[in-house]
Order: sequence, then structure tokens, then C-alpha cells
Amino acid sequence: MRLNCPLCGPRDRREFYYYGSEDYLNRPAEGAAPQAWDDYLHLRDNPAGVTKDLWYHELGCASWLRVTRNTLTHEILATELVADLKREATA
Amino acid sequence: MPSLIAKSPLDGKSLTMGGVTLAEAVPGPITSVAPFAGREAELSQALRSLGLSFPAPNTFNESSGDLIVWTGRDQAFLIGPLLEGLPAATTDQSDGWAALSVSGPDAAAALMRLIPLDLRVAAFPPGRAARAPLNHMAAVIWRDGEGFTLLVFRSMAQTAWHEIETAMKALAARAAVGA
Ligand SMILES: [Zn+2]
Repeated sequence: MRLNCPLCGPRDRREFYYYGSEDYLNRPAEGAAPQAWDDYLHLRDNPAGVTKDLWYHELGCASWLRVTRNTLTHEILATELVADLKREATA
Repeated sequence: MPSLIAKSPLDGKSLTMGGVTLAEAVPGPITSVAPFAGREAELSQALRSLGLSFPAPNTFNESSGDLIVWTGRDQAFLIGPLLEGLPAATTDQSDGWAALSVSGPDAAAALMRLIPLDLRVAAFPPGRAARAPLNHMAAVIWRDGEGFTLLVFRSMAQTAWHEIETAMKALAARAAVGA
């Protein structure tokens, strides 16, 4: 498996640390209901198909990436810098 | 501040085998430079006074012995000069890294046994740099003339040396049997 780091280029899977679902990017606001925190911390979908998750390029540029991939075909559909997603969200 | 005697991580040693020379390099003070948001232009201006520019990903540039190399998203290592008051988060990294020079006609062949990148000059020409693993070690690498300079964590200096020496031995052995 290879991930195309937006900064470093195509790199071997072993250069990356897997963190899990992109749900971690959507932290509930302060004072959110306990149910929202329960979702955020514990509840995850387990899709047969397209999924988005977080990977860290620990043996490369130290960027967090959001990877869109297909769990059935192992296709990598997109790799994006989390920093760019956050920048777009606040712009 | 008192001036203490700096000990280099590899005692300045060097080794030539076949078409590769491995040697400790002494690049000078290393400062990590991470530009403050929105002040990149100001930083470029400050670097221009040294003949340098903030490096794009996977590149480095140098001027009169000073060098700046990309080391990650919005981060570079300035090697050589000490600049006060840059519009950037700066930290002194000098003692944190060991520097190795790998040169000679088979330098790329030796390193490509350890670093999963195409380091031949067509793919990794002068001006190119990368963050990449040297086996399991995090490293910074850039093309230095016909060879390469590598930075690894100082605690990994002997391990890096051992790994590269082993690759050099394997290459020399193959050459000896004409393989
Ligand atoms: Zn990367």
C-alpha cells in the first residue's frame, strides 16, 4: 500500500502511523451534550466501501493527512493535508 | 556564556570502500525555522539578506556556505548562520543531530539500499532534499554535489553509520565477485 503525501510524494505505508476515522477532526464544542462526546470518542462506522481516515507521516514531513480510500478495493482515492482542510474551514 | 568543548557524535571518522566514502560532516549550527502564520514574506526578506530563500517542499538552497533545507510542513533547518529576531518560531537543534556525508560514484546505490527513494541524479538532482526513513530512522537528506548529506537524530549516529557501512560492504562484495 502506498500513500501519496501531498508534500513528499508517493511513500510506503510503513512511513505512516494510522490514527483512525476522520471523526476526530470534528470535536464537539465546549458544553456539548454527553451524547455528542460519546459519539466523538467511541462510535465509529465500519463501512464496506469508501471511508476517510487520518494518517500521520511520521517518517516523512510530520503532516497529518486525511486519506479517502475504499475498504473493498484498497483503492486510495484522495490524500489531503489536514492543515489545508482546517484552513479552508476557517477561511 | 562559557564556551564549552563540543564533541561531535562520530569523532570525525570516515571510511572509503569501493565507490563510496562515508564521513561525519560538521555542518555548523542548526536552527529550526517555522514561519509565523502570515509573516512568510517578512521571513523571505530576512533570508534574502543571506542570499537564501525559504525552501519549497523537497528542496534546499545555499549561499556562501550557509544552507537552508526543507524539513517538513512550514518548517526548514537553517544551517550555518545564527539570526536573531526572525518572524518565525526558531529553536537551536545543533546538538540534536548527527550529520553524515556519503559521496563517490556509488553513493546513491549504497543509500538506496536503506532509503526507499530513487536517489539517482535524474530523479534527485542538485537542489533536491527529502524527509525519508533510513531503514527505521527518521532522516533529512539532500544532494550535496556528487554525494549526499544526511541528518539523523544524534542518538542514532552509530546505528546510521553501521547501516550505511553494511550497505557499502555488500556493494563492494558484489563488485569483487563481478555480480
Ligand atoms: Zn509527507
